[in-house]
Amino acid sequence: MRHKTFFWFILPSLAAMILFIALPLASVVIQSLHIEHEQVIVTTENCGPFGCTEESSVDTEATAALRAEQPLGRFAGLTTYFDRGHLATAEVAEAWRSRDSLGGFFSELYNLPFYKALAFTLTYTFLVTPLVILLGLMIALGVNRLTPVLKGPTIFVSLLPMIITPLIGSLILFWMIDAQGVIGKNLQWLFDDPDLSLKASPVLTWITLMVYGVWSSAPFAFVVFYAGLQTVNSDSLEAAMIDGATRWQRIRYVVIPHLSPLVVFISLIQLMDNFRVFEPIVGFSAQANATSLSYIIFADMRSDITRFNSAAATSVLTVIGVAILLSPVLVRTWRDFKGKAA
Amino acid sequence: MSSIANRSSRSVIIFSSAFVLLWVVIASFPFIWTLWGSFKVQADFFSKADWRNALWGTRTMIEAGGTFTGAGYEGAWIQEEFWRAAINTMIVVVFTVIISLTFGTLGGYALARSGHNYAFWLLMIALVFRAMPHITLVSGYLLPFFEWNLWGHLPTSIIVLVAINQPFTLWMLHSFFLNIPKDLDESAKVDGCTQFQAFRHVIIPVMWPGVITTGLFSFLLAYNDFAVTSMLLSEDNRTMVPAIAAFLGSTLEEGNVMFAVAAVVSATAPLFVLVMFFQRQIVSGLTAGAVKG
Repeated sequence: MRHKTFFWFILPSLAAMILFIALPLASVVIQSLHIEHEQVIVTTENCGPFGCTEESSVDTEATAALRAEQPLGRFAGLTTYFDRGHLATAEVAEAWRSRDSLGGFFSELYNLPFYKALAFTLTYTFLVTPLVILLGLMIALGVNRLTPVLKGPTIFVSLLPMIITPLIGSLILFWMIDAQGVIGKNLQWLFDDPDLSLKASPVLTWITLMVYGVWSSAPFAFVVFYAGLQTVNSDSLEAAMIDGATRWQRIRYVVIPHLSPLVVFISLIQLMDNFRVFEPIVGFSAQANATSLSYIIFADMRSDITRFNSAAATSVLTVIGVAILLSPVLVRTWRDFKGKAA
Repeated sequence: MSSIANRSSRSVIIFSSAFVLLWVVIASFPFIWTLWGSFKVQADFFSKADWRNALWGTRTMIEAGGTFTGAGYEGAWIQEEFWRAAINTMIVVVFTVIISLTFGTLGGYALARSGHNYAFWLLMIALVFRAMPHITLVSGYLLPFFEWNLWGHLPTSIIVLVAINQPFTLWMLHSFFLNIPKDLDESAKVDGCTQFQAFRHVIIPVMWPGVITTGLFSFLLAYNDFAVTSMLLSEDNRTMVPAIAAFLGSTLEEGNVMFAVAAVVSATAPLFVLVMFFQRQIVSGLTAGAVKG
């Protein structure tokens, strides 16, 4: 295809991506380097019988005018990045100096909003992803053994947790685990503790959110693995069997190696999706005990005074996180590409 | 199925069937429960006394005079005007899907047929864009949109959703077009067609299965979105998902939770229908990426 034709074909799509993905990223960087204008202070000299006093007051009109004229605010460099709401370098250094133990240092760190969100985001990403893969594989192996008549309905039901709107899915579960809901009540009965509430403690909230994450993402892994299982070579399975392999050995040495490229694919998609965990926190109203990077950006924009610069700085840090997360994949693809070219 | 490798002992069969059964229950029970409960009153759905009240509708009998009540639905759709949100969702979803697919088929086709290095790089960039959390992009839009008075309107959200959708659409349609033999459009070009005529007369007639599959996923993205629609739409233009989130703000009032429950069930219904009719396309779509990747 000639360059010119290619250009015209790709133009609408490329323009949309540049305008609404690339430029917003630039806009986020610019916003994060600015900070809201300070209030305009006017000093007036009041001279009375006992001499003159200087009085300063806030000129609200001038402040509003200035802020309306330059909504971006004034240039502030990297200050927002290092303030208490973000990397909090001063606080971290202080906590490190005055630490009595490593645990104490981490609990200090956990009190800072950015690190609290980062802790949950990373824990969520790196626990949910492997669990999704494991559960998806088990369901796929199980469904693969069903009689053909049952397969269709089973796959239908299995798809539901995945296609459901994340906010709605988490709300449904949230209502069920409520202390007065069906799961909440039965857990109280099971543990014989009438005060048990999954919303009360941070640990239980984290577990609830991760259970939701696995529930909603396992179908994706299941479907991909299930499709992969349809292409396992039955000759090699039979050969393994004749050689005396047990069922487990057949899975371990024939099926799993066949599925391993799919594991890479699922982990890539899941890492990307889990890193932006957001809706479940809104749905489960879990912000007191668990926040994610996406959630604190949302909270900054939703607060009474929209803190554009703070949201933007967190966004930039999040994008850097995504880049780090993706770098192994990108490096690998780059090597493959160079290998192909050479 | 008849091969020896697939025969196995009774205990393995029992175990794996039990596991699948357990999964089916875990996957479906929340939906069944919420659908059932949406026809009860709040005192049954969140029962202080006994969770089984929700099964028999004990309080519903007393408060509404029957074991089922449509009060939640009436409250959500009529009193809270949920139908407005439903119409807005329909507008947003239909336009997002149509525009995404138009842009995506052109772009995906070009990427599949180009063979130049930059096509590969564009796909890589699209992958990186795919990984961007939507809320970070929204924080980039908000200030400029306020300034240019673009904030709050449906078209703004539609074009933003189209753009966010593009990376995925491009990848999917790209791998789909790779499966259509190159000879088809090459021979059309030999016969004197331009590239666009070849696309128009040879490729478009055979591309529909892939386009429908991709369209399903665009639909899901637009329909399920919360980050973009909740931040970029004004109150009058709210779609269903942000509207449900707004219901929750007023949960303390008695009965209001049931409005939200009814709204949630209403918003889930179209997704059920979608899976019922397009199960095969969804499964093949999910695996298409995997086989290529």
